[in-house]
Amino acid sequence: MPTFVYMTRCDGCGNCVDICPSDIMHIDPTYRRALNIEPNMCWECYSCVKACPQNAIDCRGYADFAPLGHSVRVRREEEKGTISWRIKFRDGRVKDFVSPITTQPWGEKIPRLAELPDPSEDDLNSQLLCYEPDALNIESGLPVISKDKFKQGVYY
Amino acid sequence: MFTSNPISEVSAFIPPLAMQWYVIAMFILVVGGTILDTIHKKSAKYFFENMQKSKAIREREVGGGEKIAIAIKTAAEDVLASGEFCNPRRRLAHLLTMYGFIIFIVTTVVLVFGYPTPDRVPPGYVPFLWHVGALMVCAGGYWFWFFIRVDVAAEGHPWYRIVRADLFILSLVATTTFAFIWSGLQWGDTGAWATLFFSLFALSSTVLFGTVLWSKFAHMFFKPAAAFQRRVADAEGSRDNLPPPADKPEQFGLGIHRELPRHY
Repeated sequence: MPTFVYMTRCDGCGNCVDICPSDIMHIDPTYRRALNIEPNMCWECYSCVKACPQNAIDCRGYADFAPLGHSVRVRREEEKGTISWRIKFRDGRVKDFVSPITTQPWGEKIPRLAELPDPSEDDLNSQLLCYEPDALNIESGLPVISKDKFKQGVYY
Repeated sequence: MFTSNPISEVSAFIPPLAMQWYVIAMFILVVGGTILDTIHKKSAKYFFENMQKSKAIREREVGGGEKIAIAIKTAAEDVLASGEFCNPRRRLAHLLTMYGFIIFIVTTVVLVFGYPTPDRVPPGYVPFLWHVGALMVCAGGYWFWFFIRVDVAAEGHPWYRIVRADLFILSLVATTTFAFIWSGLQWGDTGAWATLFFSLFALSSTVLFGTVLWSKFAHMFFKPAAAFQRRVADAEGSRDNLPPPADKPEQFGLGIHRELPRHY
C-alpha cells in the first residue's frame, strides 16, 4: 500500500524526504508540502509514515482488497518507544495495535556482541536468536513448535 | 534614517490620494484572490466534508464553550506562536517573517493614510517600526531561502532554483528589501537610485498582493482553519482515524527527533 500526504496536516519539514529509501518523497513545487511523486515505486516500508511528526502521511490500500471507506493510520511515539496502528475496515470495524519499537534509549545502547559469553551447543540448536526471549519483552517467552508437528515432507 | 518617514518624500511626485488608492487596490486584490483561491481549490468544501466525516466517527460531542476554548488555544499556539512547525529553526524564521510582515503592513498603512506629506510628521516610533518590520522579514525570509528550505536542505537543490512555490517568499523579501534600500537611498539623497528602488518596491508589492491565486499567500487564512479542525477532531475523539496515544511512559529519549532532517 503506497503512501500519500494530507496537505493540510503537512508542514513541509522534510523528515519524509530525508528518510525515504526510494527517494520518492519530494517537496511539491507549487505548494511546498511533501508528496509521494511515484506511488508505483513505493516499496511500502512506511519509513515516511513513521517519521512524520505531524501524522500527515497515510497508506492508500490497493483497490482490489481495500475499497473506499477503509483507513490505515499510524502514530509513532519515539519517547514511549511505541508504534500504534489503527486499521479501519470498510464495514466500520476498527482494530488497534500497539507494538514496541525499542526497549532501550535511542542512540545510547550499542550492542557489544564480542563481550557476550560463547553460546552453548543447546543455544546453537535452539530456535531462539541472540538476546531472545529477553529482548522481545515478552514475559511468557516465544512459543516453540515441536518438530514432530511439522507437516510431512518438511525435513530438518 | 530609521526615524524618517519614507512615504512623505514620495508625495513630491505621487499624490497622496494615489498612494492611498494603491493600498486599497492591494487590499481588494488580496480579498478577491483569497476568495478565488478558496473556490478554485475547493478549500471550504474540503473543510466542511472533513468536518462531517469527523462528526460521523466522533466519540463525544464538543460543546460551544469548548469550541471557543479550542479556538483561543489554536490562535495562541498555532497562529501567534507558529506552533505547527516541528523544526525550531523554521518556527523562528516563520515568526520573524510573520511579525515583521504584520508590523511592516500596519505601519505602511498608518504612514500612507495618516502622514503622507512632509508637513505631517509621524511619531518617531512609526517609521522606526516600519524599518524594523522590513528588516525582520528580510532576516526570516533570507534565512529560510538560503538555509532552511527543504528543497535546499534535504533535497539538495541549489538555492537559486526557483519554482512556483517560491512566488510568495520571493515577492515578500523583494518587497521589504527594496523598501529598505529605497528608504536608505532617500536618506543618502541619491535621487535616481531612490526612484529606481521605489519602482522595484512598488512592482514587487504588486506581485505579492496581486498573485494570491497562484502563490501561497492564502495559507495565512486556511492554515488556522486546518489547525482548529485538527484540535476539534482530537477533542471529539475521532482524531482523523489516528490511533490513540499509547498508554506507556515516555522513557526512551527523543528518537528520530534527536537531529534535524539533513542527510541528503
